[in-house]
Formats: sequence, C-alpha cells, structure tokens
Amino acid sequence: MISLAGRDILHAWGKFVFTGVGLGLLIGVTLTMAGVYRGMVDDAKVLLDNSGADLWVVQQDTLGPYAEASSLYDDTWRGILSMAGVARAANVTYLTMQVRRGERDVRAMVVGVVGGEPGLPGQPGFLVAGRHLSRSHYEAVADLASGFRLGDRIQIRRHHYTVVGLTRRMVSSGGDPMIFIPLKDAQAAQFLKDNDAIVRQRARTAANPAFSTPNVLDAVLASQSSNPYVNAVLVQIEAGRDPEQVAEPIRRWKRLTVYTRAQMEEILIGKLIATSSKQIGMFLVILAIVSAAIVAFIIYTLTLGKIREIAVLKLIGTRNRTIAGMIMQQAVGLGLIGFVVGKIAATFWAPFFPKYVLLETGDALRGFVAVVVICILASVLAIRAALKVDPAEAIGG
Amino acid sequence: MADMEKTGIRIEGLRKRYGEGDTAVDALKGVDMQVAPGEVVGLIGPSGSGKSTLLKCLGAVIEPSAGRMTLGQDLIYNDRWEIADLRALRRDKIGFVFQAPYLIPFLDVTDNVALLPMLAGESNAIARQRARELLEALDVAHRARAMPAQLSGGEQQRVAIARALVNRPPVILADEPTAPLDSERALAVIRILNQMARQFDTAIIVVTHDEKIIPTFKRIYHIRDGRTHEEAGAAMPLE
Ligand SMILES: Nc1ncnc2c1ncn2[C@@H]1O[C@H](COP(=O)(O)OP(=O)(O)OP(=O)(O)O)[C@@H](O)[C@H]1O
Ligand SMILES: [Mg+2]
Repeated sequence: MISLAGRDILHAWGKFVFTGVGLGLLIGVTLTMAGVYRGMVDDAKVLLDNSGADLWVVQQDTLGPYAEASSLYDDTWRGILSMAGVARAANVTYLTMQVRRGERDVRAMVVGVVGGEPGLPGQPGFLVAGRHLSRSHYEAVADLASGFRLGDRIQIRRHHYTVVGLTRRMVSSGGDPMIFIPLKDAQAAQFLKDNDAIVRQRARTAANPAFSTPNVLDAVLASQSSNPYVNAVLVQIEAGRDPEQVAEPIRRWKRLTVYTRAQMEEILIGKLIATSSKQIGMFLVILAIVSAAIVAFIIYTLTLGKIREIAVLKLIGTRNRTIAGMIMQQAVGLGLIGFVVGKIAATFWAPFFPKYVLLETGDALRGFVAVVVICILASVLAIRAALKVDPAEAIGG
Repeated sequence: MADMEKTGIRIEGLRKRYGEGDTAVDALKGVDMQVAPGEVVGLIGPSGSGKSTLLKCLGAVIEPSAGRMTLGQDLIYNDRWEIADLRALRRDKIGFVFQAPYLIPFLDVTDNVALLPMLAGESNAIARQRARELLEALDVAHRARAMPAQLSGGEQQRVAIARALVNRPPVILADEPTAPLDSERALAVIRILNQMARQFDTAIIVVTHDEKIIPTFKRIYHIRDGRTHEEAGAAMPLE
C-alpha cells in the first residue's frame, strides 16, 4: 500500500511548506517562551551558584536579600564566623540601579563585596579578563553583558569606578548584569544623599536642642553620614557539614533568618519569578490553542478541497480508517514541518534576546509531543467531514 | 468459467423510493434487466427517468426499496442487502466509470490504477504490474508516470477505464463515459469497452444520452418513468 497522505503532501508541497513555515514560526515563538522561562530559572540558579555561598544570613523574618529588602549590621559577620561549622563569612550588598556608561546608562545590579581575599563568598567566581578587586575604593569588576570593557569608567552615583576585571553570566534574578565594587563604596552608594539633602539634614540636626553639646552633635552627624548596614552575610560551611545543622544555631543564637541553598532556590523560583512563570504559562496555553486552530483550519480546508476524490476513494472501496489515517497523517506531517522550522527559528533567534533564553532538549521533546497531539486533535474536524462524504456523490446525478 | 458465474447482472422487480410520505419520489418502479458476461448494453432515457438511481443501486452506494439483484453468482440484494461488506463488494466486483474521470490528482497514472488492487491487499509490485498491463492494453502505457492533470480528456477516460477493470470485476457501471469527448474519441471509448468486455468476460452497462454511441449497442434498455423496456440496438460495427 502506498502512503496516500505522503503522495498528497508531495503533490501540494508548496501549500504544505508555506503553511508549515507559518505554523513553524508560531511553534518557534512557543519554544522561545519556554526558553525564556528556563532562562529565568537558570539565571536564578546561576545567581546562587556564583555567589559561592552555602548559607544566606538575612534580617530576621525577611525573604532577603533577593526577594525582599534585608539589612544587617555590618559587624554581624564576625559573630557568625565564630559559629561551629562556618568556614568563611562575608558581607554583601545588592543594589539594582542605573549606572552611567558614557552618554547612556545601563540597568545593573551593583554588588558590594569584600575585596582582598579571593574565594570569599560574594565575589565573582571567575574572570574572563583583568583581575579581581584589590583596592578598597573605586574599582569595579563588570559582567560582559553590561557592555563595559577593561579600563572603562563607570559612574555610580557621584563616584567614578575603573573597570579592572570582566566576568560572565553573573546576573541578578531579573537578568540584569552585575557590577562588583568594594563593600565600603557600595554601602556609601546605597546611603548616599545629594549635597542639598545633606546640608538640610545637618541644619535640622543642629537645630535640635538635644544635640546642643558640640561633641554629641559631631558624633550624631558622623553616624548620619555613614551606613553601617549590609543586605546579607554569605556563609561558606566547612566541608562535609550539613547546611541545616550549621544554620540552626545561627537562627537560634543570633536571632537572624538563615536560608540554605535549597531554601533560597525555592524562594527565587517559587516566589520571585512565580508570577512571571504564570504569565509565560498563559502565553503557552494561548499559543497552543492558536496553533491547534491553524492546523485544524488548514487541514479542514484541504480536506474540503478533496471531497470529490474522497467520494471516489470511498466508492472504489477505500476503508474509512484509511481515509481518516490519510488526513491525520497530513496533519501530523504539517506539525512535523512546523516543529522543524520552529526549532531552527528558536535556535536562530534565541541569542538575540536581551535576557538569557535557555532552549532545553527536554522542552523541545515535550513541545514535539504536544505538536503531534495537537495536530491529531485538530484533524478530528476534517476527519468527521470526510467520513460524512457519501460515495454516491462520486456518481452524481 | 462455470455456468453459475455466467449470470452477469440480473435485476428483478427493483424498486427505489426516495423520501417518505407526501414528498416521496418513486424513482424506480420495478426494473427488470439482465446483462450477460462479455456484453455491453446501453441504458437510455430522459432526464429524471431513474438512470443514475439504477446505477447507484447496482453499485451498492444506495439501498433499493425492494426487488432482487444478482452479480455473478452472488445474490447481493433480496428486499435487503444479502452481503455484509458492501465496501469490499464495490472494490472487488464492480468497476465504475464516470462522466468525468475523477482520477486521484496526487497519484500518477500507474498508481491511480494500481490503488484498487493495493486496497484489496495486493503487494505494490504486483498491483503496479497489473496496472501496467491494462494501461498497455488501453494504449496509455506511454503516460504511465504522468500525473492526471497532464493527460488529455480521452487519455484520462482510458485511465479511468483501466482503473474500473483492474480488479477484474464481473460488472462495470459507466455513467455517461463519453459525454466530454468528441465523436471519434467517444467511439474509441466504446470500442475499448467492448473489447474489454470480451477479453475479461465483463458485463458492462453504459448510461448515455450520447447520440453518437447509441447506435453501437446490440441491446438497449430504455428507461421511462421508473420502468425499463428492452429494445434491440442498431449494433453498428465498431472496427
Ligand atoms: N437523493 C434523492 N432524493 C430524492 N429524490 C431523488 C434523489 N435522487 C434522485 N431523485 C429523483 O429520482 C428521479 C430519478 O433521478 P435520477 O437521478 O436517477 O435520474 P436520471 O435518469 O439519472 O436523470 P439525468 O439524465 O438528468 O441524470 C428524479 O425524479 C429525481 O428527482
Ligand atoms: Mg443521471
């Protein structure tokens, strides 16, 4: 037996290819949407991996430092370092902001890290060029995606920083590239007010009769113009320790909230990007419905155009099963063309997206199965029409 | 061949009523007809007289209301269908030729003909071999790889005849097979049908309005108002 569906597709290949390409672009969009979601999840995981931390110590009862604001005194880390099982602890600050690059500005996550000792948690794990932060002021290590090059000058608030090192795939959970600067500078940047505000605040403080003694006034002014807070303390535990067992005493004795890697991942993926992933899920549902409608419409139209031939096929004794199979195979054939085009299109355009798009083989396989199922369902309408055709129609009046 | 098989087509008291009640139409009111194997008969009559209805009943695509029909040695209808698988009956026992050839546009000439034996479970190679033999006999073998749209009207009709013959059915039903053809081609088609009827022992019924071919029949059934009358034809020589 020959493949009736295959012969029909070969005969009308132009129609099939054009429809398949159209469908394919739609499938490409669908695969890309899935890739955008996977990219977001991957960004979150990379953020956690690259921080080099096993535990995140944050302000009590907050989901900090990524999903909620958190602030701790910047001497908390010393106490944590002395706890059992803690190998290293380091302060870190995160501040998402616009930084100036020449005439334009880029959105970036400015990370304040403790410089000097390489390997401390919070620092960029690896560099593609240049060196790590070594001085305590006005140096920066930037992610390549920020567009900065070695030697460039970055303006963050009122200060300029020189790019001494470049890193890669260091992004916030929102996909913004990271710029690492020394902790002290970052604390200042988080706190920094404009000159007018400082002048006004000084005047207000000086006018307060409670601070009338000169020494007291100086001390209060000094405390107002420095920032003793950080967003989190990143902790590395000793090899072989159970993170939960190290975390528990810190929670109890330091009265702070501590998250393990697994809990942090749950916060990022389950809470921070949950809305976005629902948004994408909604898109996927709509795209699937639209694809199904297109396949159904095309196959239905193609079938109606063949009513005469189907009547003849029935008259000469073709089984209903054979005719239904022919239509279903054509629908699946259309889906296959569409899937191949879609996969190629998605692979081609994914790198041009501003945020990371991760095309997973598993998603492609799931997409493939979905396409085949949708095509089979979409052919039902056409099959019903074909089975209703009366073989007597072939004889006519 | 056994005598039993020499029956060809026999129709007795066939009736067909379309619809019910006030709007019912009695298209056939007791048709008697017999066509022997190897014989080509004409079926003529005015428009609306029931020619197509008779062909559809014989072709087992509509169900008669009453009567008897026998194809070869098989009683197929006796006030009800006597055969369970009408589809297989159409495929194996009846060949159809229509006014328009209705070839399958996406199959080439050979596969248009070979499709029937393939549907009956024959291997592709044997089905195509049988198709080629018939195309040879019908003088269209040189177009065997062409698509239907690339053939002339007469060539298409010969391919359609090959398709009707390929499963060696005892009966061929032809509904106005020469209508779109000029008189020379029309006569050629009738000549081929006669030749095939003799060669394969097939009983052939040709429904026609075509004045050019009516004189070629030896026997003609005239159908008027749902009833048939047998007449002798002019039996004009075809060679
Ligand atoms: N499906 C149907 N339902 C109801 N009446 C029908 C149907 N098909 C045919 N008829 C009626 O049955 C009668 C015979 O029709 P039929 O098509 O057999 O005529 P015909 O001899 O083939 O005519 P023509 O030469 O015009 O093709 C006509 O009166 C027609 O109106
Ligand atoms: Mg008719």
